[in-house]
Amino acid sequence: MASLPDVEQLCERLARELAARVGPTTAMIGIHTGGAWVAGRLHAALGLKEPLGLLDIAFYRDDYAKQGLAKDPKRSKIPFAVEGKDLLLVDDVLHTGRTVRAAINELFDYGRPASIALVVLAERDGRQLPICAQHAGAKIKVPAGMRLRLKRDDQGGLRLEFVHAA
Amino acid sequence: MQRNPQLNEHGELQHLLSIEGLPREILLKILDTAESFAGVTERDIKKVPLLRGKSVFNLFFEGSTRTRTTFEIAAKRLSADVINLNVAVSSTYKGESLLDTVANLSAMQADIFVVRHGSSGAPFLVARHVKPHEHVINAGDGRHAHPTQGLLDLYTIRHYKKDFGALTVAIVGDVLHSRVARSLIHGLTTFGVPEVRVIGPQTLIPAGAAALGVRVCHSMREGLKGADVVVMLRLQNERMSGALLPSAQEFNKHYGMTAEKLALAKADAIVMHPGPMNRGVEIDSAVADGPHSVILPQVTFGIAVRMAVMSMVVGGA
Amino acid sequence: MKLLVKGGRVIDPASGRDAVGDVFIADGKIVQGGGTPDRTVDAKGLVVAPGLIDLAARLREPGHEHKATLESEMDAAVAGGVTSLACPPDTDPPLDEPGLVDMLRRRAKALSRARVYPVGALTVKLEGRQLTEMAELAEAGCVAFSQANVPVSDTQVLWRALQYAATFDFPVWLRAEDAWLAKDGVAHDGEVATRLGLAGIPAFAETIALAQLFELVRATGARVHVCRVSSAAGVAMLRRARHDGLPLTCDVGIHHLHLSDMDLGYFDSHCRLEPPLRSQRDREALAAALADGTIDCAVSDHTPVDEDQKLLPFAEAEPGATGLELLLPLALKWGVERKLNLAQTLARVTSAPARVLGVASGRIEPGAPGDLVVFDPQAHWRVSPGELRSQGRNTPFLGVELAGRVRTTIVAGHVVFEA
Repeated sequence: MASLPDVEQLCERLARELAARVGPTTAMIGIHTGGAWVAGRLHAALGLKEPLGLLDIAFYRDDYAKQGLAKDPKRSKIPFAVEGKDLLLVDDVLHTGRTVRAAINELFDYGRPASIALVVLAERDGRQLPICAQHAGAKIKVPAGMRLRLKRDDQGGLRLEFVHAA
Repeated sequence: MQRNPQLNEHGELQHLLSIEGLPREILLKILDTAESFAGVTERDIKKVPLLRGKSVFNLFFEGSTRTRTTFEIAAKRLSADVINLNVAVSSTYKGESLLDTVANLSAMQADIFVVRHGSSGAPFLVARHVKPHEHVINAGDGRHAHPTQGLLDLYTIRHYKKDFGALTVAIVGDVLHSRVARSLIHGLTTFGVPEVRVIGPQTLIPAGAAALGVRVCHSMREGLKGADVVVMLRLQNERMSGALLPSAQEFNKHYGMTAEKLALAKADAIVMHPGPMNRGVEIDSAVADGPHSVILPQVTFGIAVRMAVMSMVVGGA
Repeated sequence: MKLLVKGGRVIDPASGRDAVGDVFIADGKIVQGGGTPDRTVDAKGLVVAPGLIDLAARLREPGHEHKATLESEMDAAVAGGVTSLACPPDTDPPLDEPGLVDMLRRRAKALSRARVYPVGALTVKLEGRQLTEMAELAEAGCVAFSQANVPVSDTQVLWRALQYAATFDFPVWLRAEDAWLAKDGVAHDGEVATRLGLAGIPAFAETIALAQLFELVRATGARVHVCRVSSAAGVAMLRRARHDGLPLTCDVGIHHLHLSDMDLGYFDSHCRLEPPLRSQRDREALAAALADGTIDCAVSDHTPVDEDQKLLPFAEAEPGATGLELLLPLALKWGVERKLNLAQTLARVTSAPARVLGVASGRIEPGAPGDLVVFDPQAHWRVSPGELRSQGRNTPFLGVELAGRVRTTIVAGHVVFEA
């Protein structure tokens, strides 16, 4: 199995890429939970004026009827007005696109942003919706029957890993 | 004894009928989920698509505009369709048996029945006869239970006091007829609140109340001492004079909450009331509108709690 | 017509006899034996006992034919081994007129199953105001007078009724329950009712009524049979009163020997009974009092209720349970739990109620009526709607496995039921 890229390096690269985009109306929102970790790194690196927003899409998921409510929904916290902002929406792994769809829906319930760009640490195959990332740290091929996920250790260190799909 | 009819075979919340018998983890999950929904209700667009396409039938066999409205708002904020049936006054359903009414509505593709009924246990009967995909939420049955009110009371207490572990809670007034008191008591004891007191004259305290895990006090002096939380119960008009009580005035004098009596409780005590209040009977305006009162926040929290309950019964949790 | 019940374990609770043997019946009565029988019932491996006598079984006629009919309930009686039953007067209209009593007896007789002993209403329409024509009713066949489950709240009326009944030496069968304290109540006033938010009936609703009744018995000398005692405190009072020599007898509902308010569970309307199921301690006291003789006998308090009337919130559900077909197995269960022998157990549903009723049945001896039940005490069966002949399937024991199954029931020498 190919070794997975280092998360911190991916973050640095993404931050460099994003720096060019940052303007006075730029704000960042991380998707709970992995996206929020990545967004934390990027937000600090870019030194954005607006505080970091956090989105839990539990109430917007499209598999609620099948899966039910997420085990531990967190409160979405968007500490700035979304209206007119150029949003950087950050997630860890882009897979089916459904999470991003739910996140965009939720964002619009907060207001009408000027634009949304999708930033992901890694993208893989398996898209089910017409969604693509504007900024992806890496493109990773995931072996059959496996899932790519971001893990955080006790010291706050992040790493990508393959786990068996449930 | 049969399985707790509120839980499905996986121990998940299928119906919400009573706080009694629900494990602490489920109660905690309801409160935590409600907290997430509280965020939604603070937004401009106070609506999430979670129950889109679901139908909630408010089935009120006993009139209560307020409770019905809070359920209606909660359901609408979850994007569900809400159908209100005021069975108490509707000629369509008069004379029809409870189960016939439910069967009829079930044929209209209901997902949630919110049931209020004057007879203790009625929602249990409904829950035993609905289809597997239908859920029943008890909105108050007789003197038995009012679990969403109990949950919003718990939410309020946690919101202001953070932790249940060291609290003294006093519940004052007509405990005998109060489903609110019963539900709250079960919740408080499940969360391990060390001291729960009920205060009232003997005529308004039910037989064997101590078995619920409460201390029975007959005077406010004894019962309010050191209380962190004071819950005032509504005294129904028809009980204000007769064999239970001589008069509303005498009740107010001994058990009505005044600023003076509130001074017996802790300095940072909160005062709660399920509403609607009888000012000057169980509670004076000075207290109801005073700095210790959290009566209006209770109403706000109630919506988030009901959203949590509805989403959990439908989604399984 | 001669009938031979052959080779069974013959138990006569009245004498305590318990031995394998034959029982002969000729011309409706038990005889010493001899002659060639017209019919033989093989009772090998089974118990042969006097037919059960049930002092409280509602047949729902007249007035409640939608709940049950005389046919269905008389079938249920003999299927349960009950050969004599007394029916309370709470029919619609109540049994307060000789014509009604006469009709009931004739209808019952025409069905030729169990013997039916009507209990007349003590007051007109059971309203507790005006006395019924007791002498007329007695002539029509009433064996006693009762208020069924409707208490007389006016003590003056109760006093007069007892005086009047005593004048003719008519027995009066009364439940002890203070009307005011029981008003609106649907469950035992205790922890369970408090938890479930059900209006309670305190145990002292019974003891207050008993105290009143005892004083009236002392004053009038009336022969009173106390029906369905329900509390430990009530049992203690009865024990004292009987010790003091008051002319009292007493029964208990068979359900109250086995169930308590804990069995209400999540508002099980099958456990809505009158009097209410009380605490475990009360149940234990009742079971002990039936064993020690403070309580004479157990009754089914058979009350068929149609399903719709039970599919209601607890307090709105109609009270009562079907019982004729459960009387024997539940009595046996009680006997096993109290470690009594079969003769001692069966006495409570045969010879003891016969004594209260003042009839010659309930025993196996020459000259006694040829009413017998042949049953298998070890046969287990699960209570289910399909197993019950009664039109009322309302029982808290649905789904429960019980021991004791009737094989043959004989009334006046005729086989009226065969499994």
